[in-house]
Amino acid sequence: MKKVSRRSLLKAGLAGGVAAGLAGRPASARATASFGGYPESMGVLVDLTRCIGCRSCEAACNAEQHLPEPDLPFDDTSVFEEKRRTTERAYTVVNRYETPAAEHPLYRKIQCNHCNEPACLSSCFVNAYRKTPEGAVIYDPTVCVGCRTCMVACPFYVPAYAYSSATNPVIKKCIFCYDTRLRYGRPPACVEACPQEALTFGRRQDLIKMGHERIRNHPGRYVDHIYGETEVGGTAWMYLSSVPFDQVGFDTDLGTAPIISYVKEFLTIVPMVLTIWPALFVGFHLLATRKENARDKEKKS
Amino acid sequence: MKKARKIPLSGLAAVLSLGLMALAGGQAVGFDAPEEVTLDQMADLYEPVEFDHAAHIELTEENCAVCHHHTTGETPVQARCLHCHATPQPAESVACADCHPQNRYAASYLRAMTAAPYRYHTDIVGLKGAYHRLCLACHQEEGAPTGCQECHARTERGDRRFHAGAYAPAQRPQAAHH
Ligand code: SF4
Ligand code: SF4
Repeated sequence: MKKVSRRSLLKAGLAGGVAAGLAGRPASARATASFGGYPESMGVLVDLTRCIGCRSCEAACNAEQHLPEPDLPFDDTSVFEEKRRTTERAYTVVNRYETPAAEHPLYRKIQCNHCNEPACLSSCFVNAYRKTPEGAVIYDPTVCVGCRTCMVACPFYVPAYAYSSATNPVIKKCIFCYDTRLRYGRPPACVEACPQEALTFGRRQDLIKMGHERIRNHPGRYVDHIYGETEVGGTAWMYLSSVPFDQVGFDTDLGTAPIISYVKEFLTIVPMVLTIWPALFVGFHLLATRKENARDKEKKS
Repeated sequence: MKKARKIPLSGLAAVLSLGLMALAGGQAVGFDAPEEVTLDQMADLYEPVEFDHAAHIELTEENCAVCHHHTTGETPVQARCLHCHATPQPAESVACADCHPQNRYAASYLRAMTAAPYRYHTDIVGLKGAYHRLCLACHQEEGAPTGCQECHARTERGDRRFHAGAYAPAQRPQAAHH
């Protein structure tokens, strides 16, 4: 009889137990247990009490990412008359909020929050996205098929599409200046440009401590919460605010579970067929015509 | 009237330490402080600022602590600082740049901030942030100028960066909407 060591028995038992445990738990819990973000990853703490709405960050982003000329100069404050969203021409925008809780208007810079467990990434069926150990969520435009699933999946409405090329629409969003800065340990261009240091760059885990310290050291200045510490499983970009977050445009109903789990379950399986329908159609068409061409050639020869 | 001296930022530390020696000798506060300081940290996008230090000494009624915290040996203004700095000694340097780093995000600086186990000051703003937050907050409170270009005019490179001035986008219909 083959001797079974206690160790292998234990291992097998453990593995079985874990598998059984996982299978029995809801999908969201499974995802949470799988990954809590890279421990050494970097982030940015955005302090709304410091931002003055100067838009230097927007101007710096435009230059760094070689984005097209804006419609209006970056020192034009008329843009604050509407709430803007990130677009394929502006990876970050600053919005102004008049709130009942504050005497002065508050400004909030938005960009990709570089989630620990990004919904864009998990929903992308061609794996165009990558979360780097430095904390950036980047994408490979040569792989992107422009299906826009990530646009639907992102809880913060971040990814935008460039339609300049009708046949190859491609996703466009903030990449944390990964290529030019973050991978070399440098802060993104917007952070460096900010005169008020409303944007603080550092290790994500240090920034969380720093955020709580700021709240503690300045009684009455902040709401006792760091937005992004736990939302959707945690984000690299996090926010401090002096007024309740829902008054400055934050979605406070996102919960703490990563979007990863339910996106995986329905977005990539059911609607994927719908979203990739144009791509499928083009694919079928190409296949058909190629076959036809081949047949024609055969006939000729 | 005394002739204003222009001291580049790097020279500030040396000059101010002279001032502190005077202070220790029982002389008036700010006796040897610079009259003017050239702030040229952002000189690529903005013209340097000739900061009228003398005028601000008057404006703060010679209470250096309004800007220099505890480093000049005066009682700090913020209650929070009093826990440790209630009876401060003049520091070795009172130059802003000696505590507020120009390169706030250098990897070595970030490491130093968090590596030392009992360090209290781990959230020090960089030099640019220190100036703007201090200056602007006071200017807002006192009704002094607060527009970016009221303190420092943009350079040509700055205009290009902001797509403003000579580099402003051609006006398009519905420009604000896209
Ligand atoms: S904010 Fe949106 S685009 Fe950015 S990482 Fe999260 S899910 Fe992806
Ligand atoms: S550069 Fe800083 S202060 Fe200016 S709008 Fe951006 S975040 Fe706010």
